[in-house]
Amino acid sequence: MEHSATGRQQSWKTSRSMDLLFRGVTAACAAFVLVIMAGIFVSLVWNSLPTIREFGFSFLFSKAWDPVSQKFGALSSIYGTLMSTAIAMLLAVPLSMVIALFLVELAPPKVSAVVGNAIELLAAVPSIIYGMWGLFVFAPFMADHVQPLLSEYLGWLPFFQGPEMGIGMLTAGIILALMILPFISTVMRDVFAMVPDVMKEAGYGMGATTFEVTKDVTIRYGIQGMIGACLLGLGRAIGETMAITFVIGNSSDIFISLFEAGNSIASRLANEFAEAAEPMYLSALMELGLVLFLMTLILQIITQFWLKRVKKKMGGDLL
Amino acid sequence: MTAALDEKMPRRFTDEETGEEGAKIEAFLHHFQEEDEEDTVSSAKISARNLNFYYGDQQALFDNNLDIAEGRITAIIGPSGCGKSTHLRIYNRIFQLYGNQRAEGEVLLDGKNLLDSGTNLIELRRRIGMIFQKPTPFPLSVFENVAYGLRLHFKMPKSELNGRVESALKKAALFDEVKDKLDKPGVALSGGQQQRLCIARTIALEPEILLMDEPTSAIDPVATRKVEELAEELKGNFTIVIVTHSMQQAARISDFTAFFYKGKIIEYGLTKEMFTNPKQKQTEDYITGRFG
Ligand SMILES: Nc1ncnc2c1ncn2[C@@H]1O[C@H](COP(=O)(O)OP(=O)(O)O)[C@@H](O)[C@H]1O
Ligand SMILES: [Mg+2]
Repeated sequence: MEHSATGRQQSWKTSRSMDLLFRGVTAACAAFVLVIMAGIFVSLVWNSLPTIREFGFSFLFSKAWDPVSQKFGALSSIYGTLMSTAIAMLLAVPLSMVIALFLVELAPPKVSAVVGNAIELLAAVPSIIYGMWGLFVFAPFMADHVQPLLSEYLGWLPFFQGPEMGIGMLTAGIILALMILPFISTVMRDVFAMVPDVMKEAGYGMGATTFEVTKDVTIRYGIQGMIGACLLGLGRAIGETMAITFVIGNSSDIFISLFEAGNSIASRLANEFAEAAEPMYLSALMELGLVLFLMTLILQIITQFWLKRVKKKMGGDLL
Repeated sequence: MTAALDEKMPRRFTDEETGEEGAKIEAFLHHFQEEDEEDTVSSAKISARNLNFYYGDQQALFDNNLDIAEGRITAIIGPSGCGKSTHLRIYNRIFQLYGNQRAEGEVLLDGKNLLDSGTNLIELRRRIGMIFQKPTPFPLSVFENVAYGLRLHFKMPKSELNGRVESALKKAALFDEVKDKLDKPGVALSGGQQQRLCIARTIALEPEILLMDEPTSAIDPVATRKVEELAEELKGNFTIVIVTHSMQQAARISDFTAFFYKGKIIEYGLTKEMFTNPKQKQTEDYITGRFG
């Protein structure tokens, strides 16, 4: 007895020092991430000081972008980033949800496995491939088939008027949607698969149909995970560069019509960094980067608050 | 078993029956008269006939024959894995959610085989409510949990809905505890309250039968006692089938008991008799705690 008691005491001791070490290492790693974040932020601010001094807040509200006369504003890029992301989310989120629900609730297990694997493969395709495919295959298809249809049937809306060129805001949004769709749908699939069978049985046991169980039990149960999945997609979409740069058209104007060309922060940075020689030009690009950085940060914070509220409404973590 | 059990119609427990079965029936009758003067004849609400069940190739139930008396509590006991849940889950056909599960034989509900492919499952499950081992409150408010089934199956004005929800909560002996938190999430209640919420949600639909699969195994003793009292209160209006791990529970609240062992029904009869005078050796071993 005595022997085992001391053995335990000793293991308790070692495990305590191990705990301390473990805590130290993990804390250091976490701190390191914070330091890097802060470092990026500070250097972005530092490098954009010239334009911050010159334009102040008006940088955010001006759509001027003229390297020759040194007039810079971020509005068209911010608009393009938000609009292309919004189109992408609008298309990808509902579609992902339907795909995930199909895979978990309706598809026979074999079909579900095959389709699930295919979607995971899609998620591994590099974004430059989406960009190239978008430019050479999808944009002509849009110009020849989709845009004529849209303008014929929805042309009374200001969004679907203008040149049917293929490239432009709408095409960029759709390419983005295709790109983030695999991510959102695989995460959502995993979320729905985690909803306990007995909860669904309880729904069916009340005489609910598959649709009602899905709507009232599965989706509600998984809502927190679904928000997480959307956030993941949003994070990818908002900073996506290659897939967009090819197809967005790179215009510095803002158009209501989604057929028109535009630009996003990321696409502008990718296109113009190489040619930015003057300090003001470079500073303007840096400030664009800063804006993107802050935009993602704000989106993160908003989503976290939203998640908290949902959690409270649901009575805690469900999964 | 005997020819009487092979009849399509649910058996009525009358004194016309003879032989060994007749003796059992007399015991039923006697019991009913003792407990409930006006109800001298009780029919079988559910009758399982030669019921076999398969998980894929694996057979889990073997030739189950069982009559569930209307308005009474029937307990299903037996060691873990003997097929109690499997048997219960046939009655509302919840097993059909899973592609590889299959039932053969007949389960007569008021004389109609509910295993027929023509059975309307939605209607069936409105008539036969189920309570699970783990409380299963939906991610909705307390009120919406109870209103859930009502909204699914009926169209009614808000005032009537409110009344029905309140009455269901009262019947489930939960109203006083939750009347101030009707719009709070159901999952925020305690485990015992959640289980009674699920009972309220189920009885709000005024089902004819309540299936309970070890409803108290995940909640504390005080809450267990409340659920047991509730079951005793509800019988008469509802036919209750309760699967239980606890023989004390079966003895306390049930009128009839069925003892399952390895997918077979070894013994079935009045609870009092089974616990005082079991006919089968296996039953005796089980209730005296020699196995399981
Ligand atoms: N989903 C399932 N798939 C395969 N076998 C199962 C499944 N559920 C239960 N079984 C088997 O069926 C038998 C009866 O199980 P069950 O009805 O859950 O027993 P009980 O409720 O009496 O503990 C057990 O042998 C169990 O292993
Ligand atoms: Mg069980």
